[in-house]
Amino acid sequence: MVAPALVVGVTLAYLLILFAVAYFGDKRAEAGRSVIASPWVYALSMAVYCTAWTYFGSVGRAANAGVWFLPIYLGPMLAMILAWLVVRKMIRIAKTYRITSIADFVASRYGKSPLLAGLVTLITVVGIVPYMALQLKAIASGYAVLTLPLGQSMATPADWWADGVLYMALALAGFTIVFGTRHLDSSERHEGMVAAIAFESVVKLLAFLLVGAFVTYGMFGGMGDIFSQALAQDNLKHLLAFDQGQPFAYSQWFTLTLLAMLSVVFLPRQFQVMVVENVDERHLRRAVWVFPLYLLLINIFVLPIALGGLLYFGVDTVDPETFVLSLPLAQGYNWLALVAFVGGVSAATGMVVVEAIAVSTMVCNDLVMPLLLRTRRFGERSGGDLTGLLLGIRRTAIVLILLLGYVYFHLAGNTYALVSIGLISFAAVAQFAPAVLGGMYWKGGTRNGALAGLLAGFVLWTYTLMLPSLAKSGWVSANFLEYGPLGIAWLKPEAFLGLEGMDNLSHALFWSLFANISAYVWVSLWQRPAAREASQALLFVDVFQRTSVAHPVFWQGQAKVTDLLHLTGRFLGEAKTERLFADYAQQVGVYDIGQIPADAKLVHFVETQLTGAIGSASARVMVASVVEEEALELDDVMRILEEASELRVALEKLKSLDHLKDDFMSSVTHELRTPLTSIRALTEMMQDDPEMELEQRQQFLGIVVAETERLSRLVNQVLDMAKIEAGHAEWHNSDVDMREIVQQAVNSVAGTCRERGIALQTELPPQLAPLRADADRLVQVVLNLLSNAIKFVPEGSGKIDVRVRDSAAGVTVEVQDNGIGIAPDKHAQVFEKFRQVENAAGSQQGTGLGLPISRQIVEHFGGRMWLASQAGRGACFSFFLPR
Amino acid sequence: MTKTVLIADDEPNILISLEYLMKREGYRVLLAHDGQEACDLIASEHPDMVLLDVMMPKKTGFEVCHAIRADETFKAMPILLLTAKGRDTDVAKGLAMGANDYMIKPFSTKELAQKVRELLESAE
Repeated sequence: MVAPALVVGVTLAYLLILFAVAYFGDKRAEAGRSVIASPWVYALSMAVYCTAWTYFGSVGRAANAGVWFLPIYLGPMLAMILAWLVVRKMIRIAKTYRITSIADFVASRYGKSPLLAGLVTLITVVGIVPYMALQLKAIASGYAVLTLPLGQSMATPADWWADGVLYMALALAGFTIVFGTRHLDSSERHEGMVAAIAFESVVKLLAFLLVGAFVTYGMFGGMGDIFSQALAQDNLKHLLAFDQGQPFAYSQWFTLTLLAMLSVVFLPRQFQVMVVENVDERHLRRAVWVFPLYLLLINIFVLPIALGGLLYFGVDTVDPETFVLSLPLAQGYNWLALVAFVGGVSAATGMVVVEAIAVSTMVCNDLVMPLLLRTRRFGERSGGDLTGLLLGIRRTAIVLILLLGYVYFHLAGNTYALVSIGLISFAAVAQFAPAVLGGMYWKGGTRNGALAGLLAGFVLWTYTLMLPSLAKSGWVSANFLEYGPLGIAWLKPEAFLGLEGMDNLSHALFWSLFANISAYVWVSLWQRPAAREASQALLFVDVFQRTSVAHPVFWQGQAKVTDLLHLTGRFLGEAKTERLFADYAQQVGVYDIGQIPADAKLVHFVETQLTGAIGSASARVMVASVVEEEALELDDVMRILEEASELRVALEKLKSLDHLKDDFMSSVTHELRTPLTSIRALTEMMQDDPEMELEQRQQFLGIVVAETERLSRLVNQVLDMAKIEAGHAEWHNSDVDMREIVQQAVNSVAGTCRERGIALQTELPPQLAPLRADADRLVQVVLNLLSNAIKFVPEGSGKIDVRVRDSAAGVTVEVQDNGIGIAPDKHAQVFEKFRQVENAAGSQQGTGLGLPISRQIVEHFGGRMWLASQAGRGACFSFFLPR
Repeated sequence: MTKTVLIADDEPNILISLEYLMKREGYRVLLAHDGQEACDLIASEHPDMVLLDVMMPKKTGFEVCHAIRADETFKAMPILLLTAKGRDTDVAKGLAMGANDYMIKPFSTKELAQKVRELLESAE
């Protein structure tokens, strides 16, 4: 037993510490040195998944069903490892369109539908209230265990105002309000809160590990000892087996894992910390392994504690859900029990704060605002500042949610185990999966489809899971469970349409998701989406393509900057709005807010900012009320999309050109460094060694001169190439006779050929009609082909034939050699820049630009250049110029 | 005992200058004009160290590096890469392939000689 005052005191002190952490986090964020800009904090904040349910319920479940507590944690591990790409896409979508809740995510995707937003919010509230109740229950029963003699349970006070749990609920509400609704932000981020949650995650993990280690190594001789003792007892050994003495229930294992996989993404608090509070997409990479590792750690001691408790107290004496506290107490370690309690409170508080913030945002934006905006005062053009009202609504919502949780706890909490309550909530949020996932990957999903799916899923969830749970709590008659409503057996909630042989959770999840998915898909396929749905579908499904380049704005009409400014001011406050608009002005390149063009982009900007504050559906309504819109047809959507994609194509072209330019620069640098290397090495050595023999020195100087020539040739050709490619080259066109061109080129290499014993023959037609071209450039081309040929023919027995052929269409020039030839698979390469086929030793060094330039010149005059060759059989370069 | 240094480069003039430099330093010199020749010479002559150009025909310097390190006999043979690109990725790739060090072209002959000395000493 611990003195109540001590328990209350320590708990309050802990909450104060949490608050200090949050305060510190907020202050740092204001100073621009965010503490949550760390992947560790992000990963730890995800551990808000582990609530008081993990803390007490897991042990309880393990004590009843052994390893069956595991799927609840396997699911999230799998989800993080397998589906982190899905989460990343979600984050990108939410950030781009300022989506701040799961309700808004769904609504925004399906044409910013207020109806959908409302429905999702409603399902969330109904689904989450039991979960809130569970946290209250956990703290209440933990408190009772600590302060009462072992085995005795707290009597519920007759009057509600005397119930401590009510005040605890109110205290948590107050705590949440201070944490989460101190100011209104269009991104709905709460840095301080995230810091506190990360801190809280560390505390609960350490506390749990401490108790686990105490039980395992303090009370028993380690894990092996506990397991072998449990195995020795007939009534315990089944806990350690998967099959529990019956055929292994694959379907149930699968159901639980799937449920947990979905809930780790779709629970409002998970969506809040994982998506809304994410500051950097890259943090997800760390979370992908840290969060599963955290889950692994917090689960290591679950089974040992459960078995240890059962071994120590015996079966059915002490409630297993309290083992974490009762084991240290029974051993006289009151301080350890207190630490464990603080850990449990920590887990409960974290969950309540984040969940209440998330749900209150949804209630405010998606339930209350749409209704308020319909009424006279708020829908008007000239309303006053509404920021205070928004905060007020959220605060009220927080208090109401916690009170609802209290009421549920008061009425039903005592009859149901922690784990079962939690699973009901999980199954409720799992209903969002088809609409959200379908919306992210399937453009065909429509608003009506999502509505139908959610409704069908929710109705079946209520009927097959919620109602039976209420019946089992004794609220409604359990008769219909046994015999079906009105005695109709196939309507039995736990054996719907005669489906039997499944546990009730698998049964409920099967039917609700089956109905949900079927309705979503069928209704979506049945109807064409409206223009706004189609445009949102594009924005969501292709979010990565859209955000990488300019994204299209699906809006047309007339607007006034002042109207939009005023509207934003009403919801975000004057000062903040001024700042936002000033930033926007800078972005579009004007100096003053008054000069901002009132175009679709501005309307989109305002709508996005408002979405952060009041949700996409309400933002749509508000923006529509101050501008004159033209209805968007499906054709308009396609047109806007096409314009945007043209822009994208242009941008991508620029990017690839830029890339090519980089490659070119890097090749040029490489080519420049090569001759420089010889020049530097040789000159340095000559400088160091004044005694060098004259002959040696002459040879080296010869190389230096040759390499210098190569460098200047390279520089000239690079400039030439750049000019031709950019279209800046000068062309001096005249009527040219191709025979003269070829003769001129042949004459200039004749000396070299004689020296090397190469037989050079020309074959020219007797007469040739002139071509219109640049004579000097064409000489350059032929010379290039000739010097290439000279490089590759064998010295002494080389043979080069130059032929000119005439035809009606134009002139063809061929340069045939008897060199080593080029394999057909290398033919394309020789025309690439800086691709040199092996040089014959001692020849003039090539630059790797000759052939590409020649080809460019020929192509400039409408001709083409090609190569016919096989390895070992010589090469024949030809080009054709049209008349 | 005279150490043997293999120089592999497809630029004849670079081979000429490096050959002179290494001989002046008192080494026996082997020359290879492409990656394949380098591999063959290493296998037959067992040089004490290799100077490797990266962009060579038939086999690149990286490939030669890889081939050398794959052979147990040459695990400890020092390899000095000579690269004309000098981009961080190329350097990193070369070192990952098992080269001991690299020099960017054009290099100082004194530094090159110094590096060769150090690598040969460290290999003993």
